[in-house]
Amino acid sequence: MSSSEGGRPAPAPYSNPYLAGFGLGLVLLAAFVLMGRGLGAVGAFNTVVAWLASLAAPQWVADHEFLGRYLGDGEHHPLRSWIVLEVVGLALGALLSGWLAHRVAGTVERGPRASVGARLGLAFAGGALMGIGADLARGCTSGQALTGGAMLNLGSWAFMMCVFAGAYAAAPLVRRQWR
Amino acid sequence: MNAPLYETGAFGEGVSLLLALLLGIGFGFALERAGFGSARKLTSQFYLDDLAVFKVMFTAIVTAMIGTSALAWAGVLDLSLVALVPTYWIAQVVGGLLLGVGFVVGGYCPGTGVAAAATGRLDGLVTLLGILAGCAGFAFAYPALQSLYLAGEMGEQTLPDFFGVPRALVVAAVLAMALAGFAAAHAIERRFAGRRV
Repeated sequence: MSSSEGGRPAPAPYSNPYLAGFGLGLVLLAAFVLMGRGLGAVGAFNTVVAWLASLAAPQWVADHEFLGRYLGDGEHHPLRSWIVLEVVGLALGALLSGWLAHRVAGTVERGPRASVGARLGLAFAGGALMGIGADLARGCTSGQALTGGAMLNLGSWAFMMCVFAGAYAAAPLVRRQWR
Repeated sequence: MNAPLYETGAFGEGVSLLLALLLGIGFGFALERAGFGSARKLTSQFYLDDLAVFKVMFTAIVTAMIGTSALAWAGVLDLSLVALVPTYWIAQVVGGLLLGVGFVVGGYCPGTGVAAAATGRLDGLVTLLGILAGCAGFAFAYPALQSLYLAGEMGEQTLPDFFGVPRALVVAAVLAMALAGFAAAHAIERRFAGRRV
């Protein structure tokens, strides 16, 4: 899906960060008022893992202290869950915004000196670290930092500061990937 | 109004699932508008020449914090019915550090990785596969990780509870910190912009 020739509109500039943040805050506020919960992401990944594992070893998942809770009530399919549908919506909303702004493009985001292979390897490694970290912390940047931050949750604020600390500490090590 | 509406029985599970989809669409739309489907935009936060991550995140936090607090003070929203993840401070400190390292190595956090994959970024899609692998690894290693997962247990704990101060004071402090942070962010960007190699 690389850019087709002729007449393809240039990608629109990104929104003002305060405007985008205000919009994001209103969506989060709506989730609190309507649902009594915030936004999230990593729970959907745990649900997919629980579902896939349950196809191979249903009893192991059902008895699993951590994974078992992602199987749902047992009457419905595990993927028929609030967090999975929210993340499906996330993908649709991002696609809609990107499409309207001509920013949908099959590409690999990387700095000028990074090879595609190294970039994809680091993307996988970073994702794996985040999966472990988010599970340990009981949520990710969405479910903990954003949601818990707005709820003035003590553990969420500790988590958020450590996310920034960890990222700034590791940034010089992967500078060649981005700069 | 008697909010949170789902918790007070205003509608059932079917409607809640429809709302999950709609709120998710709003979430993804806002993330992509901000530029958070791009790993280069996101990681610029950590090289100090574009602090949009901080600006967007804290504008969103302040907006929702003031909104929920105002609705609670107006007697419309019962904050005790809003889910609060319990604090396990040691697990959350370790988890936060790991996620932070993973963020700058992988280029996305889990939610922005979904936005990136949805807008065609192959590295975003690979990040999602990595997250799945990490979550599966955590589940397999759970017997060994359980003591860390449960370390630092403090129960449901808010900043006003923990510091023993009124909620309004914490709201004002977070707002003041955010505004000072925005001013500092602009000063930092002016200093570091143009230094891209």
